[in-house]
Amino acid sequence: MKLSREELRGVALLARLRLSPEEESPLAMELDAILGYMDKLNQLNTDDVEPFGHTMTALNPLREDRVTNQPDTESLLANAPDRDGTFFKVPKIIE
Amino acid sequence: MSLAQLTLHDAAEKLRNREFTAVELTEAVFQRIAETEPRVCAYLTLAHDRALEDAARADEARKKVPGSGPLLGIPIAIKDNFLTKGLRTTCASKILGDFIPPYDATAIAKIRSAGAVIIGKTNLDEFAMGSSAENSGFFPTRNPWNLGRIPGGSSGGSAAAVAADECTAALGTDTGGSIRQPAACCGIVGLKPTYGRVSRYGIIAFASSMDQVGPLTKDVRDSALLLEAIAGHDPADSTSVNSIVPRYSEMLADDIKQLRIGVPKEYFVSGVAAEVGYAVRKAVDELEKQGAVVEEISLPYTKDAVAVYYIIATAEASSNLARYDGMRYGYRANARDLLETYTDSRAAGFGPEVKRRIILGTYVLSAGYYDAYYLKAQKVRTLIKQDFDEAFKKCDVIVTPAAPTAAFGLGEKIQDPLQMYLSDICTIPINLAGLPALSLPCGFDKDGMPIGIQLIGKHFDEPTILRVAHQYEQSTPWHKQKAKFKD
Repeated sequence: MKLSREELRGVALLARLRLSPEEESPLAMELDAILGYMDKLNQLNTDDVEPFGHTMTALNPLREDRVTNQPDTESLLANAPDRDGTFFKVPKIIE
Repeated sequence: MSLAQLTLHDAAEKLRNREFTAVELTEAVFQRIAETEPRVCAYLTLAHDRALEDAARADEARKKVPGSGPLLGIPIAIKDNFLTKGLRTTCASKILGDFIPPYDATAIAKIRSAGAVIIGKTNLDEFAMGSSAENSGFFPTRNPWNLGRIPGGSSGGSAAAVAADECTAALGTDTGGSIRQPAACCGIVGLKPTYGRVSRYGIIAFASSMDQVGPLTKDVRDSALLLEAIAGHDPADSTSVNSIVPRYSEMLADDIKQLRIGVPKEYFVSGVAAEVGYAVRKAVDELEKQGAVVEEISLPYTKDAVAVYYIIATAEASSNLARYDGMRYGYRANARDLLETYTDSRAAGFGPEVKRRIILGTYVLSAGYYDAYYLKAQKVRTLIKQDFDEAFKKCDVIVTPAAPTAAFGLGEKIQDPLQMYLSDICTIPINLAGLPALSLPCGFDKDGMPIGIQLIGKHFDEPTILRVAHQYEQSTPWHKQKAKFKD
């Protein structure tokens, strides 16, 4: 296995995903097959190849920093899972 | 004939000639939806009342300003990963719940200001991750040609809606083939423009270095018209390119004599169905008959594209999808503390394919594996782009199959992610190189399923691939065939 059960749990935690025990074992097998397939890239010599940057050679476009939208608290809060007046309500972050 | 069957350009002409109104056209589309949608399941959300209001407004506008543009009063379906102000947008994911966007994507704002009527939001693989539309968090869409087959993906709902005449034309997005492969599966025309040609602002991000917006239409002229409407620079998308948008629809008429067409041998290997290879070869013969000069070429790194793509796309996705944390919008689980709120919200909100890709992307970016996977893939991506740069010194257009097989059966590949990934093998290299490519029907297999051909152009050379496609289409009967709704 390319990815141990322990490693898989570690990566899932990095990605902020909880995996159920039923999900873990098929996922480990699928990832094993996919990563095995990807390993074929290691047969290619890329010593003198630059990593890809952008499909076009473009400079970073710059623009003036000015407000273009109208503040609309209500429409921004409309999708909040939980709110308190004009605030997003979230779980306690600092103990 | 129902008005719902008309192409965009036919409908636009008849609207201009006052043969019917936009309200009548929109009603015909909803009538068609009432008849076929229970079998096809192309839409996640229908905007019936609002569409009829928009159609009435389009009819009013036509009275006031004659000579209006081709989109005025045209019923368009939108893939549900475009933000549409005030209209539920789910990306086919439970994690977005009943998200109501506070603004329109730029492409939506553009077609709205051109007077288009938005019929509804179409189904897709969750977060546009998939090749069959089976990864939708809600239900699978079926192929209008054969209801036991997949419509392709991820823009499966948009492709099925066009093929079933449940809209006049549709918009989709394409990260690794998500417009072209479903278009091929459903026997319609799908165009992925050059990366940077159409603004990505307001598109729910999957893999930002490859995502691109494009049209799914009943013929090539419609594709040109819709691209004209959505293309152009947008200050809100720093990767959109500031160059003039050609009048694509006025550049279709010229013949293709002396045009150099490259046929890469790597696209006709095992894994490509014999019937597909045959139909594409026949199409190349037709182009040659019309005066094009055909040459066999080689794109040696084609075989590595799928591996490169699934490293880069999952890496970008793992980063883009970090925003779904259940704080400001979307699904939030009840949990003991902050960390569990994150992990449980994401566990419940994302489907299996999205989780698989987030984990894969996190892994290939993580310490100790970054060089072996991500950096290696970015280097091979350079080699793939150089393949195309070399090829385009010798030819003007590259022709390949749009997909290795016709539409496969529902459930056939869903248990084997790697097999599903390989169904994108013909389209993925084009996204890696940022090129424009179009797929259009070039025949049917023995089961009566459509086969698609792919035309690949140089950066920003949409006019040439549209012209070749149009010339081919005019001399062949495929696009006039209608879906048969076989059980």
